[in-house]
Amino acid sequence: MVKELTTPTSKKSLEKLRAGEQVLLSGFIYTARDQAHKRLYQMILRGEKLPLVLEGQAIYYCGPTKTPKGKIIGSCGPTTSGRMDDFTPLLLRQGLAVMIGKGNRSEFVRKAIKEYKAVYLVAPAGCGALLSTFVKEVSPIAFKDLGPEAIYRLKVEKMPLWVAIDSYAGTIFPKLNNRPKNNEEATD
Amino acid sequence: MVSLKNDEEFQKIRIIPARVIQQTVGNLCLQANTLLRKDVIIALNKALAKEKNQRARICLKQILDNAQIARSEKLAICQDTGLPSVFIEIGSNVHVDGNLYKAVSSGVMEGYRRGYFRDSVVIDPLERATPASSIPLVHTEITGGRRLHIIVLPKGFGCENKTRLKMFLPTASKEEIIAFIIETVSCAGADACPPYIVGVGIGGTADYACFIAKKALLRPLNHRNSDSVLANLEDTLLKKINRLGIGPMGLGGKTTALAVKIEKAATHIAGLPVCVNISCHALRSAEADI
Ligand code: SF4
Repeated sequence: MVKELTTPTSKKSLEKLRAGEQVLLSGFIYTARDQAHKRLYQMILRGEKLPLVLEGQAIYYCGPTKTPKGKIIGSCGPTTSGRMDDFTPLLLRQGLAVMIGKGNRSEFVRKAIKEYKAVYLVAPAGCGALLSTFVKEVSPIAFKDLGPEAIYRLKVEKMPLWVAIDSYAGTIFPKLNNRPKNNEEATD
Repeated sequence: MVSLKNDEEFQKIRIIPARVIQQTVGNLCLQANTLLRKDVIIALNKALAKEKNQRARICLKQILDNAQIARSEKLAICQDTGLPSVFIEIGSNVHVDGNLYKAVSSGVMEGYRRGYFRDSVVIDPLERATPASSIPLVHTEITGGRRLHIIVLPKGFGCENKTRLKMFLPTASKEEIIAFIIETVSCAGADACPPYIVGVGIGGTADYACFIAKKALLRPLNHRNSDSVLANLEDTLLKKINRLGIGPMGLGGKTTALAVKIEKAATHIAGLPVCVNISCHALRSAEADI
């Protein structure tokens, strides 16, 4: 039986997930990629109020196409997660529970995932048209000036994902990227 | 004064209005981004028939479903509609009436607007303002005849970021080159949307090796290289890559690459440039003759 997950979520509900399993995700997820991460990260460091409360939420590394006429959303697959690694531990510390993207993470991200009992899921990469069929609602949340890199809230139904790193730091990927972290804040 | 009108050569000149080029490029952008190449679909189906890993099978089916949905819903195959490279072969007897480069740029803009594609190109690589259009890179080549051939290759950067160039010693062995190519695919790992199509450029200069590595991605995946040495090298590499176990989306399996395509060029006695340009499974291109 394929497991299901609803977001926002408690950290407790993530405990049932194991690396390698398929999971169907329903609920709300927030798109954020490079530039949005950079802004959120800087806002946290400056102690500013964020445009969304990260506690229990899911972030989807995604910058969709424009929305075609008559559609809810355009093509909306995941982007490479590794580029968000440097910003990730700080977001996890704010309570971020679920990350959705594609590809491998750094070793320091895997450790942070375990420490904060979060999960990292991967979406069918390069399947943006397919993924658009699971999106039921889209609302803009912040950083509109970033265009496709703005933060949108998506309501999704049974989005098919895989558990890539579970809350126990178990991973589906054989070899993690071992590069050191690039910014000094998260020596935690 | 020589009267050009009576000149036989002049009679052979064919005039192509820039407007026609613009329209063609626009249509090719739409086609490339929404209709997955037939040879890629064939390769995916072949891989699915051979794949035993359950996760890999699910992933391959999703990729094929995605292509189907993109086609029927006129949606972009992937949201990263890329930085479009446009390759143009212009016959020496063709005269373009108007500005060729402007026509290509406007064509791309039109195609991307009509397709609701994502603009992913920043004008300044350091300032990085929010993209407002998709500016293509245009490569032109003069050929014989009266034909104008256009290829549009919109490539995403998840995989473009995994490109590697190495300047080997001229005395390097084939094994060293093979090891470098395998290592490059291994570094790309799960990140660049496997199964991959691996383009390799061997020889030329540093820049030219990179150019032909990318052009190699345009070769039909099911056509065997006419150079038997390269054909064998392609086979060897594909076997080795598919033993890496990365698999579709990096979740394991024996389908890490669908094909390896190699181009070569004359090079200097002191060097041996090798470039590897990896494409994700969403290898998109479309071409037309005018
Ligand atoms: S690597 Fe290819 S399939 Fe993957 S997100 Fe980029 S363009 Fe799309």
